[in-house]
Amino acid sequence: MKKYCKDFVVVENIALTPTFFRLTLQYPEKLPEINPGQFVEVLIKEGADVLLRRPISIHDVDEDKNQILLLVQIVGKGTQALSKIQSGQSLNLVFPLGSGFPLRGEKVLLVGGGCGVAPLMHLSRAFNNIGIKPDCLIGCRNQEQLFSTKEYSDLSNLHIATEDGSCGIRGLVTNHPILDKKFDTIYTCGPTPMMKAIAKEALKRNIPCYVSLENTMACGVGACLCCVVDTKEGHKCTCTEGPVFLSTDLKDF
Amino acid sequence: MKTFDKRLEVKIKGINLKNPVMTASGTFGYGEEFSDFMDLSDLGGIIVKGTTGTHREGNPYPRMAETPSGMLNAVGLQNKGVDVFCETVYDRIKSYDTNIVVNVSGSTIEEYVEVAEKINALEKIPAIELNISCPNVKKGGMGFGTDCLMASQVVEAVRKVYHKTLIVKLSPNVTNIVEIAKSVEGAGADSLSLINTLLGMAIDAEKRKPLLSTITGGLSGPAVKPVALRCVWQVAKNTKLPIIGLGGIMNATDAIEFILAGATAIQIGTANFIDPAISSKIVAGLSEYLDRHNLKSFDDIRGII
Ligand SMILES: Cc1cc2nc3c(=O)[nH]c(=O)nc-3n(C[C@H](O)[C@H](O)[C@H](O)COP(=O)(O)OP(=O)(O)OC[C@H]3O[C@@H](n4cnc5c(N)ncnc54)[C@H](O)[C@@H]3O)c2cc1C
Ligand SMILES: Cc1cc2nc3c(=O)[nH]c(=O)nc-3n(C[C@H](O)[C@H](O)[C@H](O)COP(=O)(O)O)c2cc1C
Ligand code: FES
Repeated sequence: MKKYCKDFVVVENIALTPTFFRLTLQYPEKLPEINPGQFVEVLIKEGADVLLRRPISIHDVDEDKNQILLLVQIVGKGTQALSKIQSGQSLNLVFPLGSGFPLRGEKVLLVGGGCGVAPLMHLSRAFNNIGIKPDCLIGCRNQEQLFSTKEYSDLSNLHIATEDGSCGIRGLVTNHPILDKKFDTIYTCGPTPMMKAIAKEALKRNIPCYVSLENTMACGVGACLCCVVDTKEGHKCTCTEGPVFLSTDLKDF
Repeated sequence: MKTFDKRLEVKIKGINLKNPVMTASGTFGYGEEFSDFMDLSDLGGIIVKGTTGTHREGNPYPRMAETPSGMLNAVGLQNKGVDVFCETVYDRIKSYDTNIVVNVSGSTIEEYVEVAEKINALEKIPAIELNISCPNVKKGGMGFGTDCLMASQVVEAVRKVYHKTLIVKLSPNVTNIVEIAKSVEGAGADSLSLINTLLGMAIDAEKRKPLLSTITGGLSGPAVKPVALRCVWQVAKNTKLPIIGLGGIMNATDAIEFILAGATAIQIGTANFIDPAISSKIVAGLSEYLDRHNLKSFDDIRGII
């Protein structure tokens, strides 16, 4: 897939919670084809002393408007600076990067936590486009940290687990009964302990599970070899051979 | 056909570069990774990944940490080995219209010699860059580049089997870089590239853990530029070899500073991660500088500091 390094224009920057914001970005031309699970490398020019680009998943794509959406969690100086960007400003992206999620099966479950919910929107849309309504399970600490539930519900059967029980079931995603339904494939993106737990549940039930990793990256294009993950076939680059891997191919899963 | 600015042409013992801009080993893959972003034939040369005698897995993750104006890496020479390079990679990249230089690494003198000999047989590779300065491997690597005797021994041994342009890449992690440069010059090197990364480390205070699996790693990026410039300047004043300067070059102005300090050519490393088309933009920036200062070439200002 051809990669591009181009300026987008910020159409909208919405704070969803105190730590999550969503950017809508306008591409000046026709967007190339983008697979769910692919990501961009964002150049943060202003407001922080950051050198390297930051990898961010493609949250959603509006093919008609040639817009892409990013969902970002503020965790450090780069994401903090990015949260201040205003509509009308430009943002330089290298995209589309990585391989993305393969669409497998008809009964599919998508499990997300934290900023890992981001790529699941585009993945849900891709399944809808082929006539499949996925089940989507989102886990978070409490109701205040939940967002975009309407958008997820439009594209999936949404299930929620909160640690304090303020919404959905009380507990972790792994406690949710939806896991006991029969699925062809499970997809997960979120904190590593969550993905490992989901991969374990999937393995128990003999369901293939795709995980999307968030390894630290420098180049994003397979040149620096900084982002490797240990697989059964040795080190692989998360940025080009991932970020999505079959959990059983990974050594630590 | 594309025309190139003739004023930018430089020579490094036996190889002609259409301009002084090369890309640094380990930061530009095999060039292929960047072909969507720029025309690789714009470059004076591409120094491909560090290549060793056999396949290496490199160090465990995490291998990278951003630091103020720089980054630390601890990749540890992950590569598939020289045979895979010769049998598969070479065929894919040999027709690029630029100089492809192989960065040769090893743990023992025998390994360096074996790799150099195999690369010597490849028609379209006009030069090797001997990496005696990698801080990220337990055995060999930087050890060869921080000791005058070991440095000259490995260069002498490689010189016997390698008959094209032999560039030797030096480590800045030494007290006296001029001494090492002179040993390497005496042992038969054709050119020197400097600098490789500076040994550094980073700690996460909250987690009370090092940020790299290897604890220490190699620092690169704008943070190292003053050290790199100083090394280039000292070595240019004290040896006769053409020098390829690198370390923290982010734009054409940085590149020109290295030329003023005495470099014949320059390499772009970490900057490729921030702007994947930066190397070709720097080529254009060099032409623009010559126009603006009414110069016929960089020969008039090279090493004037
Ligand atoms: C393929 C991929 C897709 C991603 N998608 C998204 C997304 O859609 N939305 C989103 O908010 N984030 C996403 N991330 C994570 C995001 O890249 C990091 O949160 C970001 O780089 C942090 O930058 P910073 O400057 O704010 O933090 P820094 O100041 O660099 O670091 C602050 C803290 O954040 C942690 N951190 C830094 N980099 C990462 C990282 N790559 N992964 C996890 N933690 C990190 C560090 O441990 C550190 O403690 C993705 C990462 C990858 C590799
Ligand atoms: C991720 C990474 C990998 C590197 N791998 C190699 C290598 O294999 N061989 C080598 O000689 N230098 C290697 N280097 C060092 C660079 O070629 C260069 O000397 C150094 O980064 C300084 O230049 P810069 O500041 O422009 O990046 C590597 C640097 C980085 C950042
Ligand atoms: S981030 Fe450079 S190889 Fe993956």
